[in-house]
Amino acid sequence: MSKSSGIKQTDRQLFAVIGYTILAILACLCIIPFILILSSSLTEESSIVVKGFQFFPSEFSLEAYQILFKYPDQMLKAYTVTILVTAVGTALGLLLTAMTAYCISRRDFKWRNHFSFFFFFTTLFNGGLVPWYLLMVNYLHLKDTPLALILPLLLNVFYIIVMKSFMSAIPEAITESAKIDGAGDFLIFIRLILPLSKPALATIGLFLALGYWNDWYNALLFISDQNLMPLQYYLYKMLGNMDGMRKAMMGSGAVVTTIIPTEGLKMAMTIVASGPILIAYPFVQKYFVQGLTIGAVKG
Amino acid sequence: MNLHQFWNDLVRYRIILLMLAPGVIFFLLFAYVPMVGIILAFKHYDYAGGVFGSPWNGLANIRFFFESGDAWRVTRNTALYNIAFIIVNNLLQMFTAIFLFEVGGKWFRKITQTIMFLPYFISWVVVGAIAYNLLNTDIGTVNALLKGLGMEPVDIYNTPAYWPYILVFVSAWKMLGYGTVMYLAAITSIDTEMYEAAEIDGANIFQRMLRVTIPNLYPTIIILTLLAVGNIFRGDFGMFYNLIGNNGVLFSTTDVIDTFVFRSLITTNEIGMSAAAGVYQSILGFTTIMVVNYAVRKYDKDRALF
Repeated sequence: MSKSSGIKQTDRQLFAVIGYTILAILACLCIIPFILILSSSLTEESSIVVKGFQFFPSEFSLEAYQILFKYPDQMLKAYTVTILVTAVGTALGLLLTAMTAYCISRRDFKWRNHFSFFFFFTTLFNGGLVPWYLLMVNYLHLKDTPLALILPLLLNVFYIIVMKSFMSAIPEAITESAKIDGAGDFLIFIRLILPLSKPALATIGLFLALGYWNDWYNALLFISDQNLMPLQYYLYKMLGNMDGMRKAMMGSGAVVTTIIPTEGLKMAMTIVASGPILIAYPFVQKYFVQGLTIGAVKG
Repeated sequence: MNLHQFWNDLVRYRIILLMLAPGVIFFLLFAYVPMVGIILAFKHYDYAGGVFGSPWNGLANIRFFFESGDAWRVTRNTALYNIAFIIVNNLLQMFTAIFLFEVGGKWFRKITQTIMFLPYFISWVVVGAIAYNLLNTDIGTVNALLKGLGMEPVDIYNTPAYWPYILVFVSAWKMLGYGTVMYLAAITSIDTEMYEAAEIDGANIFQRMLRVTIPNLYPTIIILTLLAVGNIFRGDFGMFYNLIGNNGVLFSTTDVIDTFVFRSLITTNEIGMSAAAGVYQSILGFTTIMVVNYAVRKYDKDRALF
């Protein structure tokens, strides 16, 4: 940071006061909703009904979590689906993104601009939701299959472009010398380009993983089978239809007579569904920052 | 180009072409094939006939879409929301980045930046739950606070007039950290000599911000705005759907093209009109990008997208 002491001291102080205040307010605004959710999930249901959601639980209770973990089947299923979809989608998506980007980054590839345009054009114009939906459902028959959750997020033009601009910066001499040594294009990609692209791979991998983890839209469109519900969609269902989910959660055989802390349960479920992200994000954030910085340099 | 040369190139690039194949097939199938489906906008869709066998019905779908009165409403909402998002988000992100850069205290900077990035990492479903927690009429925190202050509770979920402010606020909240990083990256790359020169000329910190930092951010502002303007007729479905859902009371101020298309397809099953609205959106979007790009090219060739 440039700490130029010559700049008038009073102005600097005034600026610092404004800066600290604004940043502190913004940070509070960003974190308060999460504190609210957490505190609501720990509040006695009767207290929520009377006083509403509060910043600090007036009557502390773990009941919502107890119920959530008493019948964990559906939630565990949703977690499993999300983890599997995220793992498979991220790995496959990353490989395909890198491979595609590598091809259009090769300066000696005659048709690279044609192919680049072929990919880029899809961001300018598309057929809209309906033809895409009908293709997925009526022609590819992907409704209620894991592929319906994986395929839509697999390749993204923006990620290909970011990856390509990173690979373009790798000196051509490396590819040249490998070629002279007799390496084929695929071998060059696997043995040379991939290891050199680690920062870009980490960034795009994180973007892909976050996209898969937070995805609910494709489930909304294509998944009605309870066994294939990903986590976020399960939460969405639960927020909207507590009665239906209560039954699903407890299994058809269970007796649903106890009073369920509906509101607290919604908030507890929100915490559980975003839990891993909330724990992981401070650690992955710096890779995001690096990746965005790469992306920002060449838009 | 002769055939022989083409054949030679095919052989020469066979591995690269093979490596490109999955990506090409993917976009061919999921992006180009649906473009053919645009004909659905001019058809009366039935399940027996499918996309190609269904009978044509000319411009009926499009006429129905425009005569329903929804077309103008959703177009206006989509455009106005996006314009508000572009202005508010960019200004907020830019100033936040400037403050983060100039304010001392490494720990303070780190902690605030980390916290501001938090909303970006959670799904729109969780944001929906947060909105419910805050805004619910009976038990929402906002109303609990109002009651605590002795004021009347407000029925937020049934009052369309509040939602433009709420949505702009939520968008700013969720994207703050992400956009701030973009601007921070741009500020960090500003040549420090410029600051030194400004200082010698006797600039105070506000002048230095207005005369050096902000002008140096113009390229970043332009590129971010350009990218956003191209999507001005594309609503963030996740945001609108998780905050509003199918609450018809709020549609006058919250319905955007994307939610309208989704509803027509899934809820009311009006496939033809949904397709027509989708095509309308695609054409609006494509035209906007072309016009904006042309204008930027005229002004400064290097700033254009393509």
